[in-house]
Amino acid sequence: MKQGFLAICAAATALLAASVAQAGTLDAVKARGKLVCGVSLATPGFAAPDDKGRMQGFDADVCRSVAAAVFGDGDKIEFVPTNINTRFQALQSGEIDMLSRQTTQTFSREASLGLDFGPTVFYDGQGLMVAKSLGVSSAKELTDAAVCTLPGTTTAQNLSDFFRTIGGKFELVVFESPDENRAAFFAGRCEAISSDRSDLASIRAVANNPDDYIVLPETISKEPLAPAVRQNDSNWRDIMSWSVWMLMAAEEKGITQANVDEMLKSPDPDIQRMLGVTDELGAMLGLDNKWGYNVIKTVGNYGELFERNLGEKTRLGLTRGPNAQWNAGGLVYAPPFR
Amino acid sequence: MNFLNDMRFRAFCYQIGAIGLVVAVAWTMFATASDNLAKQNIATGFGFLARQAGFVISETAITYQPTDSIARAILVGIVNTVKVSLLAAILGTVLGLFVGVARMSRNPLLARLALAYVEVLRNVPLLLYLFLWYSLIIMVFPPVKQALNILPGVYLSNSGLVLPAIFVENGAAIFALFICAGLAAAILIRRISQQRRLTTGKPNHGTVIACLALVLPPLVLWMLGLVSFGWDIPQAGRFRLTGGLHVRPEFVALLFGLLLSVSASIAEIVRAGIQAIGPGQWEAAAALGLHRSRVMRLVVLPQALRLIIPPLTNTYLTVFKNSSLAIAIGYPDLVMVSNTVMNQTGQAIETIAIFMGVYLSLSIAISLTMNWYNARVALKVR
Repeated sequence: MKQGFLAICAAATALLAASVAQAGTLDAVKARGKLVCGVSLATPGFAAPDDKGRMQGFDADVCRSVAAAVFGDGDKIEFVPTNINTRFQALQSGEIDMLSRQTTQTFSREASLGLDFGPTVFYDGQGLMVAKSLGVSSAKELTDAAVCTLPGTTTAQNLSDFFRTIGGKFELVVFESPDENRAAFFAGRCEAISSDRSDLASIRAVANNPDDYIVLPETISKEPLAPAVRQNDSNWRDIMSWSVWMLMAAEEKGITQANVDEMLKSPDPDIQRMLGVTDELGAMLGLDNKWGYNVIKTVGNYGELFERNLGEKTRLGLTRGPNAQWNAGGLVYAPPFR
Repeated sequence: MNFLNDMRFRAFCYQIGAIGLVVAVAWTMFATASDNLAKQNIATGFGFLARQAGFVISETAITYQPTDSIARAILVGIVNTVKVSLLAAILGTVLGLFVGVARMSRNPLLARLALAYVEVLRNVPLLLYLFLWYSLIIMVFPPVKQALNILPGVYLSNSGLVLPAIFVENGAAIFALFICAGLAAAILIRRISQQRRLTTGKPNHGTVIACLALVLPPLVLWMLGLVSFGWDIPQAGRFRLTGGLHVRPEFVALLFGLLLSVSASIAEIVRAGIQAIGPGQWEAAAALGLHRSRVMRLVVLPQALRLIIPPLTNTYLTVFKNSSLAIAIGYPDLVMVSNTVMNQTGQAIETIAIFMGVYLSLSIAISLTMNWYNARVALKVR
């Protein structure tokens, strides 16, 4: 809490100190020589430093793709861990250039917080996890149970709404720290723990025996996680959005980190435009014409990002589900590059 | 004579200048902030308070539904903060008084024990104690399914203590009226008996009669059948106990953390107060033939009280402010509710302004009350 409070104060001070630049984030980033990206404190799979101190994870790689698009180098980047309470202030005040932090795109955030969201990078939904020994197979059976959760925006509200629809009561136990939240759940203070399903997967991964817990089938909310930038800078928003779409389109076209050099010789006109062999797409965004090539060369395509950080071979063990390509039954759909 | 050399005039000018500077800085900050917020299309103002809160609060001392307004949710948080700090202050004062007196005991074992108690509690941050108490509760007691049934209807588990609750079935209004009347009568009787004792110098039975006056009216009411009570007995539900009175582990951990830390500070204040009373007082009282325990109770402590009150004010303020550590262990105090509101509305500046305002005004209220009490008990110079 203390930390969060300080961060809020810092953000407030930044708001007070000087007028924030409205446009030209790209120029500011280029002048600075690095991209400043806000990520989670430590969420395995999304953003967490590895044993060498390098930030790893899905959200971190989304940041790297933008850095690669701007500089042709994914390491010209500074990661700023942001608190759940102050992430938006950090963006508003100009402390970070973009926010890539498991953040749900919602109407009121977009309309009242002075920010613009990019494309959804991960289709998530809030779920509930319980111990198998509880003998529960549906969240609808959880009337009168206690649910442990973090003070997220939508989490507490979704739970309240869900239990109101099924006409039941429940006891909500809210913890500020993820560690306390997990510990209370594993000790049996609560019957269930609730968060985004991706987050439940990372909580389950750190249990003594992950097989003792199951995530219940109900998804009680839609949580499209998307990166965000400050409002009123459409050039910068375009760069973020199309960097993400570049990842998605590359998967669709079969361009990978390994084969991107060969793909430069591909006869497919779409691929030629994406990698900057023909046309001048990069220049239209104020970027190098090889930006698409740089993005894929640096982080790989969307599928590679997913498998590397969240996929079935990782500790999180998530399946693609709705995050598969549109032509494979999922929702991932990049607009055409032309 | 030049009025610029007038000390009073110059002091006045400095003060005006200082106030002006503060106001100007505050105004600039406010204007820049609201200008920046407006430029970035960020909602401002306190309109969000009337919106529906939409979230559940597990511990509510006043009625609250998720359909109530955000303002109501914040009020629930304020009441929870006041509840836990008030209880911690009262219980901590009683405990601290005993420990402080024990510190001065001539029994070395008791004195050392009290010293250890004070030092162990004073020298570790409260937050760590909160984590400790909470983990102990969660780890030591069994899950609610295997709750310990310590007495009929009383269950203890890591989800807290569940007790049968008593409630007034009918005649609540007249019952409350009789309790108030009994209380008023008891205070009056006690005052009269004290007055009489001062004038006659003879002991009387005022206290006993006052207690009777307190208890008799509601008792008579109940015997006449004008008021009846019902029991809300906890029942085992599928997951946990429903009904009855729930004392949650988050509340208990916070209460214990606060009350133990405040009792250690108060013990030191009490010790200092006692030591500040000159040995002459002890000797004089002993010469009158009073036993040591009565010397303490009738001669030393009443005089020490005057010295104890001012530092006590500080301690009470600390308890109240420290209750905001509740957020670490999941007790829904003002800060936690405000945090949820902040998350939901994104209006951090306004929400923080509200909770800072609440802390400030309640702290000032505590100070004023304690100052008033201090003025009452202070040594009157006649």
